[in-house]
Amino acid sequence: MVAAAGSGHPGGSLSAADIIAALYFRVLRHKPGDPGWHGRDRFILSKGHGAPALYAALARSGYFPVSDLANLRKIDCHLQGHPDMHKTPGVEISSGSLGQGLSVSIGLALAMGLDGLPGHIFTLLGDGESQEGEVWEAAMAASHFKLQNLTAIIDVNGLQIDGFTKDVMNVEPLADKYAAFGWRSRAIDGHDMEEIINALEWGRTGPGPTAVIAKTVKGKGVSFMENNAGWHGKAPTKGEAALALAELGGEKVAGEEEPVGC
Amino acid sequence: MAAEPDKPRATRDAYGDALLKLGEQHEDVVALDADLAGSTKSGKFGAAFPGRFFNVGVAEANMMNMSAGLAIGGKIPYASTFAVFAAGRAFDQVRQSIAQPKLPVRICASHGGVTVGEDGCSHQSVEDIGLMRMLPNMRVVVPADYNQAFAAVMESYGLPGPMYIRTGRLAVPPLYKRVPSGLGNGADILRPGSDISIFACGIMAAKALTAADELGKRDISAEVVNVSVIKPIDAETVLASLSRTGCAVTAEEHSIIGGLGDAVSRVAAEHIPVRIGRLGIRDVFGKSGHPDQLLEEFHLTAKHIVELAGLVLQSKGC
Repeated sequence: MVAAAGSGHPGGSLSAADIIAALYFRVLRHKPGDPGWHGRDRFILSKGHGAPALYAALARSGYFPVSDLANLRKIDCHLQGHPDMHKTPGVEISSGSLGQGLSVSIGLALAMGLDGLPGHIFTLLGDGESQEGEVWEAAMAASHFKLQNLTAIIDVNGLQIDGFTKDVMNVEPLADKYAAFGWRSRAIDGHDMEEIINALEWGRTGPGPTAVIAKTVKGKGVSFMENNAGWHGKAPTKGEAALALAELGGEKVAGEEEPVGC
Repeated sequence: MAAEPDKPRATRDAYGDALLKLGEQHEDVVALDADLAGSTKSGKFGAAFPGRFFNVGVAEANMMNMSAGLAIGGKIPYASTFAVFAAGRAFDQVRQSIAQPKLPVRICASHGGVTVGEDGCSHQSVEDIGLMRMLPNMRVVVPADYNQAFAAVMESYGLPGPMYIRTGRLAVPPLYKRVPSGLGNGADILRPGSDISIFACGIMAAKALTAADELGKRDISAEVVNVSVIKPIDAETVLASLSRTGCAVTAEEHSIIGGLGDAVSRVAAEHIPVRIGRLGIRDVFGKSGHPDQLLEEFHLTAKHIVELAGLVLQSKGC
């Protein structure tokens, strides 16, 4: 998908892919045929550059045709470089500028609370994103408002554009920080499907708010991308994409087939 | 309440009163503030509807994004703080999560302009109208008195998309005898005239009327237009006025860059390119002082409107 687009963020999409897969195919209560269903859980992708992973999950869930994925970032395609709630079915809020999704989630959690809606909100942030001060304004507010229907998942892949997060601006210890801000927090392996699902269901049961600190590998599953900041915002060539898909057990490079209209 | 005061009142008071009324009328109205509920007057709503009022503390970025979240949750959020923080500090939050997704968040910014007074330039927003005007989808409203501000807030509930409503700290004399039914297209001809148009917004609208009185004594017929909706500007009314008078002065408690003067000049330049003089803050920050002293210092008085009108009229038709 990113190879066909010629630009995008493969590293942070792959680090989040297992978490997003767990959400869409095991945890979220949602109706892809009825994206506005009132009873649904909500997923907020605060790290909007992980859009390719979200789009893949939405397409495979049935929100739109899988063939659309080949047109990621193309003019006239609904799949924008970063998520757009008015263009892509299933996207709850537009994102891209980092640090905003947790605050949006708090507002949504309050609204759903006022309306007595049963849904739970799962919000995915990056560890580099957690350097944004607004994240901590939100962390303070979520516990202040005693939100029961909010789980934040931090995709701790340890890398950001300029290098290792610990070298650029250390954000750890994240689990302790969330605990100090009044959240329940738990650290997990963000690529162990059973651990992910258990942690997210634990978040759903409250008392919240709950933070799941998921240790992940940037570029997970692709040997030449793993733990390499160079793959934060660079698309693979078609040859590299073929190698990557072979390693991941995928079938084909999106975009090699004739693109279908979006 | 929907008071019809004869005495000067601040537009921020109208915000507090109208918000309270909206709260009584509509269950889906929620309000947020960032530790300025007493100053912005949102505290009245908070006292009446504590379950629908969220004070986020000194965290404007979080407030704007929480408003976006409440909006996608089906609420009509009213978020208030000082203009300098609403438009300036939280600009990216407004841009990314409110303007771009066209969410019905009402950003109600008080303390616009230099009449904030003694707090000085850190708290005097002279660039907020420009910042908000630049954002696609954003409606920008600057009411001229209490009654118009009350109408603006009441009307905002039923309008689509995001909105920025700028109110002030200073009490201003009444221009509208009663609360109008709405802002219409956003440009009201307060007084018809034929020699020069004076387009004014906010506290400058009343001063424009005084200036028109003074110009009348000199046999100059000035048309005074109160432009309460800066964006989308009522181009039809602006152009009709310009076609009658052939020149204009704009007056605003804001930078001459980005605000009403720019909005009027853009419309004029594209359709009726006539001489337009701009009265406003001339690309500088504010300073501490009594509001009246600051208005004099920054040339935001009826006297200065008259002077500028004279200059414009001298070169009319050149």
